[in-house]
Amino acid sequence: MNIITDTALEKALDAKMNTTPLKMIGKDVSVYYGDKRALFDVNLNVRQNTVTALIGPSGCGKSTFLRCLNRMNDTIDHCRVTGLITLDEQNIYDSAIDVVELRARVGMVFQKPNPFPKSIYENVAYGPRIHGLARTKSEMDQIVESSLQKAGLFNEVKDRLNEPGTGLSGGQQQRLCIARAVAVSPEVILMDEPCSALDPIATARVEELIHELRANYTIVIVTHSMQQAARVSQRTAMFHMGNLVEENDTDKMFTNPDDQRTQDYIMGRFG
Amino acid sequence: MTVLDTPSVARSSVTPRRDIGIKRRYAAERRFRLYGMLAIALGIIFLALLLWSVFSKGYTAFQQTTITIPVTFSAEIIDPRNQRETDPKILQAANYPLLARDALVKALGVNPSDRVAVRSVSALVSASARTQLRDLVMADPTIIGTTQTVTLLADANIDSANKGQIDLSVAETSRKVNDRQLGWMKQLSEAGVLQKSFNTGLFTSGASSRPEAAGIGVAFVGSLYMMLIVLVLALPIGVAASIYLEEFAPKNRLTDLIEVNINNLAAVPSIVYGLLGLSIFINFAGMPRSAALVGALVLTLMTLPTIIIATRAALKAVPPSIRAAALGLGASKMQTIFHHVLPLAAPGILTGTIIGLAHALGETAPLLLIGMVAFVVDYPGSPMEPSTALPVQIYMWANEAERAFVERTSGAIIVLLLFLVVMNMGAILLRRRFERRW
Amino acid sequence: MTTSAIIMIIIGLGIVTYLVGRARAVTLSQGKLSNMHSRPVYYGAYAAICAMLPALAVLVVWLIAAPIVVEKAVKTSLSETTQEISVATGNLTFGTVRAIAGGLTKLTPEELARAKAGEINLREILGARGVPLASETDPAMVAAAEDYNALNATSRMAMTGVVLLVGLLGAAFGLRRIAARFRARNGVERVILVALIAASCIAILTTVGIVGSMLSETLRFFASVSPSEFFFGTVWDPRFSAAGNANSAGQFGLLPLLAGTLYIAFVAMLFAVPIGLFAAIYMAEYASPMLRSTAKPLLEVLAGIPSIVYGFFALITVGPFLRDLSANLNGLVTGNYQSFIQAQSVLTAGLVMGIMLIPFVSSLSDDIITQVPRAMRDGSLGLGATRSETIKRVILPAALPGIVGALLLTASRAVGETMIVVLAAGVAARMQLNPFEPMTTVTVKIVNQLTGDLEFTSPQTLVAFALGITLFVITLCLNIYALYIVRKYREQYE
Repeated sequence: MNIITDTALEKALDAKMNTTPLKMIGKDVSVYYGDKRALFDVNLNVRQNTVTALIGPSGCGKSTFLRCLNRMNDTIDHCRVTGLITLDEQNIYDSAIDVVELRARVGMVFQKPNPFPKSIYENVAYGPRIHGLARTKSEMDQIVESSLQKAGLFNEVKDRLNEPGTGLSGGQQQRLCIARAVAVSPEVILMDEPCSALDPIATARVEELIHELRANYTIVIVTHSMQQAARVSQRTAMFHMGNLVEENDTDKMFTNPDDQRTQDYIMGRFG
Repeated sequence: MTVLDTPSVARSSVTPRRDIGIKRRYAAERRFRLYGMLAIALGIIFLALLLWSVFSKGYTAFQQTTITIPVTFSAEIIDPRNQRETDPKILQAANYPLLARDALVKALGVNPSDRVAVRSVSALVSASARTQLRDLVMADPTIIGTTQTVTLLADANIDSANKGQIDLSVAETSRKVNDRQLGWMKQLSEAGVLQKSFNTGLFTSGASSRPEAAGIGVAFVGSLYMMLIVLVLALPIGVAASIYLEEFAPKNRLTDLIEVNINNLAAVPSIVYGLLGLSIFINFAGMPRSAALVGALVLTLMTLPTIIIATRAALKAVPPSIRAAALGLGASKMQTIFHHVLPLAAPGILTGTIIGLAHALGETAPLLLIGMVAFVVDYPGSPMEPSTALPVQIYMWANEAERAFVERTSGAIIVLLLFLVVMNMGAILLRRRFERRW
Repeated sequence: MTTSAIIMIIIGLGIVTYLVGRARAVTLSQGKLSNMHSRPVYYGAYAAICAMLPALAVLVVWLIAAPIVVEKAVKTSLSETTQEISVATGNLTFGTVRAIAGGLTKLTPEELARAKAGEINLREILGARGVPLASETDPAMVAAAEDYNALNATSRMAMTGVVLLVGLLGAAFGLRRIAARFRARNGVERVILVALIAASCIAILTTVGIVGSMLSETLRFFASVSPSEFFFGTVWDPRFSAAGNANSAGQFGLLPLLAGTLYIAFVAMLFAVPIGLFAAIYMAEYASPMLRSTAKPLLEVLAGIPSIVYGFFALITVGPFLRDLSANLNGLVTGNYQSFIQAQSVLTAGLVMGIMLIPFVSSLSDDIITQVPRAMRDGSLGLGATRSETIKRVILPAALPGIVGALLLTASRAVGETMIVVLAAGVAARMQLNPFEPMTTVTVKIVNQLTGDLEFTSPQTLVAFALGITLFVITLCLNIYALYIVRKYREQYE
């Protein structure tokens, strides 16, 4: 096995983009809220160890699609999903798939930081605890520490693990939420505009984190900011009025998109 | 081999799937849900039991057994010495039950000299026959000597037996109605003399020690007085207080104090208001005991916090844009509130008022303390006269030992509940009809 | 002139002044209303307020002050003639004088003359007119009564005159002030504002009234029974038969009552809290909108049923049911069909009170639970927690302070509940732990001590106020603490 550096890996990954395996596949996905149709036959694939950005104007369905990927839409009354979504070639809406297990594998980070009103430690330990991932206290300590490490938060909070998570700053809270998601060791992490409530410095910190997480996780991120999509993602999908307009390599998307609407959106003609 | 060359199979499918205790956790989930459903079911079952218990015992109270027979107003019994011209008290004190007894003895063909049988016969008729016949004679003394067909109330025990509430398998001696009386009852009902009819007395009579003659009419009038006074006092005061607190009050200590105060008053036990009424209105201000006015004042104080809280919520729900629009047109703050905000908040205010009134209608404890547990036979002519109230009447009947009072009590509760249902339905309809979503 | 007639006249004066004022304003405006500062109705209203408010104020003050002045005058003249010494007998005599005075107005002049001449017995004749007197009258009292009537008549005459004069002066003043630039609206609105403030002060007055009245009566009670005997006494035996006899005042130990109150409230909470809480959780987190919209109002019906109905239910249905059930159980187990649950017992009262409290717990908790932000639920569900795990580990801990507040409010209601315990808990003041036996509560004893005809001077009666203030303080603490918690909780999620 070759030993390769991080940057080398990154370059190699970028180069091999088109050959990386597909982690999740969405086929003809439509979503209805009651009588209102929010998504129209979306076909979108998510590649392993890749950051996929979903962009588009507000209300275009990008968050809706994201929430389909770990069936968070189930929690909304009157919401109905049709089509096929697979995780490792298994239909996640299949009755054989358990939604709890699915969400343990496909974690989610929300738009607004939503730490539980518990201590920092308990916030991170929450997932492992409900799933029974740690047998002993030291195992749990281990998981909490490594998760906080991965979220780049450990050094900032290591002396106050027992203080409430709600006492952290906005950016720290969001990284805490990422650590909380990471602690369950998911395979995919969904991020729904994770930086929209953060200031630029905190945003930069989270984006950096996304970069680092890519090595171990598959990430799908919904973002409002095209710059952010360009900075963090390798693949970008553009939504408009419930339709998937274009899906492409990020570089290509922002330099030479296939679709006129994408061009217009990127140029700021609407949105 | 590099990482990049791994075949296009997702990594996790190679590593074994983690065990996250799905089965155990779903069992816990189902248990938890079951507890929730059980709790709701229990609540509803309790409600059903309560209502069933009241209705099954009470619906018969709306029917009353009566005996319609020709009664001879014999002058020998009423006025044996023919003194009624000189001494009007004779008519007051005459032996009227004898008239009823004789009429029944005649109708049944019982031997008048069989004293045991005659006593059993007289037990068929309610003791209230005395006042009923007396009132007839007092109203028109010329009927003395004539024979009139009169509808008398049957005794409570006979009424129960007629409604099938007396267990006939019990030995005759330990039963309130003996076999002979049962036979007569059959005879009378075949002759159409003994009948069950709608019990108007329940709605018109006052207190009585005889269950068959007791009614809620007087108590109802007392309650009506109180509700009217409560409405007249509590609504304007409550609305005025809410307007001040919601629209004018500066945010300071005093306002805070009033606010905490009102919230607390809403949760003070009702009996404490009774003590307040007794000590302030009756002992200090010298108002009459047992008067509906005092009861109403106590209930007003009790209802005020409810109305204020509801009104404030209704005022708060009117969007500030309405106020801004009116103020922008040059209306004064007072005009804005009275012309624009208040009408928009009116449905909410009325809903809160009706709910407050419904609570006041069912309130018992404070009224006990201000002496409304009185044996009131006559309709109170004004709120200053001794009166009683519907729930207090229920309380007094509930303390009576006789079985027939249980039926009356349940019947009175049904009436009370119907009133509450009507009021609450009114509130709900009002809310539905006028509810506005901003 | 009667008070109501005076009030009617003032109202009439107000209406007239209003109409005149409005008309005057219209005339002044010379057809152009914008000439005036306010609309004509405000001028009318201003003048009417000037006419009515001072007059009514004088009337009220007079009505309160006059009886005191008259009483004082009559008492002074009485004590000059009869040399009364103690205040208590003085009050008693004055009461008789007042009764005689009331009776005298019902007599014809010749009857009065005959009574004064001693030809007929005044007490008898007044008794026949429906005015019972406690003792025989003596001439001094009759004279005082006549004085009293005369003074009252003079006072009333003077009052009528003064009030009407003030009203007319006010009307004249109000009407004279009407001018184009006069700010009538501001004046009217100021009066309305004062009225609004007065209305909101009634809440404070009520509390002051509750505390003041109960405190003063309680102090009177503590004059005959020491506070330590009351608060730490373990025996409740007020001895009604000896009422009025200061030497055998009986024992007024609060503790057995308090024990019963808390025990029954505890049993009630034991039923109400789990059922109410689980019902709230199910309705907030699981129930379909259909179920929610039927089950929630149904449970709230339980809250709308008056407590007297629950009391009756306990007395007639639940108590006998538990008694018979226990008899059958006992029979099945031991062969001895003796019931071990009494019809009136802690359990009966607690169970029925628990049923009554279910909707309080459930609707308060429901409000609290639904206030927990959706983001919390999403965060937990997004990590793969099941719904029940989310509820148990995230929502309930987050809602805990609010729920504690709700439970305290419910407990306060349980402690203050009266009708259920009056009918279902029994009257035996005992300290014991068996829930199948009757116990009694503070509220039951308040009702017991105050129903019936009693003098308000004996400790047997006054103790009710001491009990009342104890109850008030307990519930006040519970309420204020609970309201504080709930308020803090709301602010947290707003």
